[in-house]
Amino acid sequence: MTKILKYREILLVIAIAALLVAITLRFPGFVAPANLARVYNDTSILIILALGQMAVILTRCIDLSMAANLALCGMVAAMINAAFPEVPIPLVIFAVVILGAALGSINGLLVWKLDIPPIVVTLGTLTIYRGTIFLLSNGAWINAHQMSDAFKALPRAPLAGLPVLSWLSVLAIAAVYLLMTRTPVGRAFYAVGGNPHAAVYTGIDVGRTRFLAYCLSGALAGLSGYLWVSRYAVAYVDIAAGFELDIIAACVIGGISIAGGIGSVPGAVLGSLFLGVIKNALPVVNISPFAQLAISGTVIIIAVAVNARAEKRKGRVILKKAEAV
Amino acid sequence: MAEAHLSPRAIPDRLQSRGNRLLKSWESLLLVVAVLVFTINSFASPYFLDPWNLSDATFNFTEKAMIAFAMALVIIAGEIDLSVASIIALSSTAMGLAVSFGFDTPMLVVVGLGTGVLCGAINGLLITGLGLPSIVVTIGTMSLFRGLSFIILGDKAFTGYPASFAYFGQGYVWWVFSFELVLFAVFAVIYSVLLHKTNFGRAVYAIGNNQTAALFSGVRVGRVKFILFLLTGLMAGIASICLTSRLGSTRPSIALGVELEVVTMVVLGGVSILGGSGTVPGVVLAAFIMGMVTFGFGLLNVPGIVMSIFVGVLLISVIALPILWARARRRVAH
Amino acid sequence: MLQETTTSRMKPAIVLEDISKSFPGVRALSGVSLTLYPGSVTALIGENGAGKSTLVKILTGIYQPDGGVICVDGDETHFPTALSAAHAGVTAIHQETVLFDELSVAENIFLGHAPRNRFGLIDWKKLNGDARELLRRVGAEIDPTIRLRDLGIANKHMVAIARALSIDASVVIMDEPTAALSHKEIHELYELIDRLKADGKAILFISHKFDEIFRIADRYTVFRDGGMVGEGLIADVTQDQLVKMMVGRDVGQVFPKVDVAIGEPVLTVSGYRHPTEFEDINFELRRGEILGFYGLIGAGRSEFMQSLIGITRPSAGAVKLDGEVLVIRSPAEAIEAGIVYVPEERGRQGAIIGLPIFQNVTLPSLHRTSRSGFLKLAKEFALAREYTQRLDLRAASLDQDVGTLSGGNQQKVVIAKWLATQPKVIVLDEPTKGIDIGSKAAVHAFMSELAGQGLSVIMVSSEIPEIMGMADRVIVMREGRIAGRFERSELTAEKLVRAAAGISEAA
Repeated sequence: MTKILKYREILLVIAIAALLVAITLRFPGFVAPANLARVYNDTSILIILALGQMAVILTRCIDLSMAANLALCGMVAAMINAAFPEVPIPLVIFAVVILGAALGSINGLLVWKLDIPPIVVTLGTLTIYRGTIFLLSNGAWINAHQMSDAFKALPRAPLAGLPVLSWLSVLAIAAVYLLMTRTPVGRAFYAVGGNPHAAVYTGIDVGRTRFLAYCLSGALAGLSGYLWVSRYAVAYVDIAAGFELDIIAACVIGGISIAGGIGSVPGAVLGSLFLGVIKNALPVVNISPFAQLAISGTVIIIAVAVNARAEKRKGRVILKKAEAV
Repeated sequence: MAEAHLSPRAIPDRLQSRGNRLLKSWESLLLVVAVLVFTINSFASPYFLDPWNLSDATFNFTEKAMIAFAMALVIIAGEIDLSVASIIALSSTAMGLAVSFGFDTPMLVVVGLGTGVLCGAINGLLITGLGLPSIVVTIGTMSLFRGLSFIILGDKAFTGYPASFAYFGQGYVWWVFSFELVLFAVFAVIYSVLLHKTNFGRAVYAIGNNQTAALFSGVRVGRVKFILFLLTGLMAGIASICLTSRLGSTRPSIALGVELEVVTMVVLGGVSILGGSGTVPGVVLAAFIMGMVTFGFGLLNVPGIVMSIFVGVLLISVIALPILWARARRRVAH
Repeated sequence: MLQETTTSRMKPAIVLEDISKSFPGVRALSGVSLTLYPGSVTALIGENGAGKSTLVKILTGIYQPDGGVICVDGDETHFPTALSAAHAGVTAIHQETVLFDELSVAENIFLGHAPRNRFGLIDWKKLNGDARELLRRVGAEIDPTIRLRDLGIANKHMVAIARALSIDASVVIMDEPTAALSHKEIHELYELIDRLKADGKAILFISHKFDEIFRIADRYTVFRDGGMVGEGLIADVTQDQLVKMMVGRDVGQVFPKVDVAIGEPVLTVSGYRHPTEFEDINFELRRGEILGFYGLIGAGRSEFMQSLIGITRPSAGAVKLDGEVLVIRSPAEAIEAGIVYVPEERGRQGAIIGLPIFQNVTLPSLHRTSRSGFLKLAKEFALAREYTQRLDLRAASLDQDVGTLSGGNQQKVVIAKWLATQPKVIVLDEPTKGIDIGSKAAVHAFMSELAGQGLSVIMVSSEIPEIMGMADRVIVMREGRIAGRFERSELTAEKLVRAAAGISEAA
């Protein structure tokens, strides 16, 4: 396992290091541990979401509805809290994780049972989930003063030097890493995306595996929904609008192949961090924050070009002497 | 001349007459839906049947539909272009810049079209030149093109377009027929002919059904795809001119999310998202349906976002229903 | 020869009785039976399309039979999924190595049944160790931690065999296991099969090569057109008898080769090479000639042909057509010049499933059936009719989707497509692979007719009877190089096999 898939991650680590060096030349304070911790914390939600998206992309699918799922779960969390402040926060989190997984499972079922192309399914549910937020909230905002203090405080609460939000993302990374590398279902994600035809022969149910990937991405979107709403202390229809593209961008930058079967948890995390560093560095080095979108677009294109080169299949090696080289 | 060669076991050209096939097609189903929507609307609101109201309603879909024609070809060829809305934004921004440099309407049109074609060429080069997957490339250029608009505009807006520029989005050719509607009709005909009556259109179908076999059969796959992305860019440029002219201003967030509506329109029109099949008339009908439904909901004061739920459900169900229908029929047959 | 086994009195490992399977429009299997005994190798023999692959898929739980019974150790069972077949101890090494390029060798062996630790997590250390042990057992020196894509085709095959062993199977199916192996590797495989037999495994061995069937198998079962036409002990049968059962008639009459006056050189290829696929390809092709390209699968024949028509770029080499030097950078240019290639993989590279017959046929010739870029349907139908009729196509209408045709008729459409371009040279890559006998004969007859009309034909084929029956001259390729050239008069099956496998005459 250790020898596999390491090349892309090392490249990314080098890229991020180079980025940090460049920023440090203009603004030395950026690499101060406290600031780096702040950058990590700021990227935590993106990391959690990228982990879910990675699972889906590995199985040759895509989840465009993640940000809408996040927004819907966030709104539900905020509404529960606003209406029943006495409900303990862990219970609220549990509820929205389940809700997120359920919304993800709708995507999964449509892909599994009806064989509808994933991009169409999630394009459809993306608009449906967003619309549902409007139906639930009547278009109204839920503001900071309507939320309980405990609701807002949890992600910010310091724990051994880092906010809980950061710790939650660390936990998610560890859990998904374990799932991906050490459980049959995690390996099935790779098998289904790498060679769906062969997966059937090895006794893997392709549709069911994809369904599970969507459930995972949904659950992580649900968790992120609470984190987003409590961190920014506001919930409305359009939160995280367009964020689905940032999530996919993080995955593509992290070397996860859109064709399925290739990718790793460190890749997804590094891809997210790359975007996170850029986003946080722009104001520091005096580049307009409006440039962020163009930069991440450029990075996506470069990343996909680099990935494509790495994945490019060599021609068949038939000549014996060529094989020796 | 061919009769002389006909052996007793001659294979007929067609078994089904074209009329018969048309009757069973997706397009006739769409036509029924369109008539239904039209009828329901006219009962639901007394204002619906007013010619001027109907004319207003067409603005709901003309710009998007013009892009949808080119997008339909791209999707039939097995690719996708998610950057169209961002091309609208960048095109519009470029025209805004041109205004601030003192250019007049003809030059604005050139800038708008040129930007669109340039963006399309960038997509096409990345996809056919470097062989990258179009879905990721256009997600990238989607960020890049709109990102450039944001860099140029920030949170400001361009206004002050010359009065003559307003014609494209607000002018009428004759009576209630707006310039946009006429343009839409012209492109509907052009794209129908291009896809259904030319060698180029045949190549698009061949590529979408089996790219490798098409290549082996001498289809210049790379060239055809490049032209398709060029066309989508061009159509996005045209849509940008119309939209900018109609709004009279440019913000970097212009046309946000339009790519999803365009793709929905194409899929609703019966184009397979997996490539290989679909027709332009189907897309025309889908455009009418979406426009009429939006307009009907508007008359009934239903908010736009609820409309979007409807579109989402429609998108999934138009694909799911035929699958379920086929399964049910198979079960009955057994 | 192995001594007579007493298998017939032993308890069978698995029994299939009266198995039927139909697909829309095709009856793949009709009432076939098969019995496999422990410690015995049963050869399953039949032409492509006889139903062997369908049977394997039923045995491994990929397909469900429409009727019939499967009994394992005397108990009736069903294999609703691939997993249930594996649990029942049935495992298969598949024709096209169905493995995962991006996963490690060890994981390819254990995917689906990886060893777990006490927390239920995959135990990578044990997994790699077990994999190493299994690879040693099959005699392959492969590091289990490297990615599968970094292995050559023969080693991938060894991984597939190790995978089959990793499931403690009682029934092992080998679907053409030697197709891509070298001579030495084949002998290692024989030894391995002997060991599996000694372990008491029941082996189903599918092969087209009679020498290996007589070397390794104890019993035989012959399929023809979805039915079983014979079974028994290998010791009681001769090669000729097996061939007769398989084909249903004498072999000699199958090939309608017509002697044609061979003319001046049309195509000259010199010094053609590619960095990894082939090198030093030199030959001449004459008018009216059928030039056979023989070799084992993976000898570089298709790769060279595809390079000839501009799919891949050669690193050096020159092509002359009718004395003029050609530079071909794409299939479009090759077709324009008059060289066409009918690819081996009909479904992937040949037919465009989803388009009607006439559109398939006219695709490379659209410039002739259209006017200034606009389609002329009447001309298209006329052209499609002309060529499909010449090939004796059976179809309901020319507007029918190619996907609804049988394999043989699809192949006729594909050949018609390239012929309609009016080429000077036509390359046919495995033109009769996987099609029924009737269509085969039609294709062969047509090939003769073409040569008679002065067309030059290159026929890539891995079937010795076809090469011997049809070719005027044969070039044998091995490991990317030309390994032998033979005139029709000096052609023997033995010479071809020796050249293709690299065995010298003295050995």
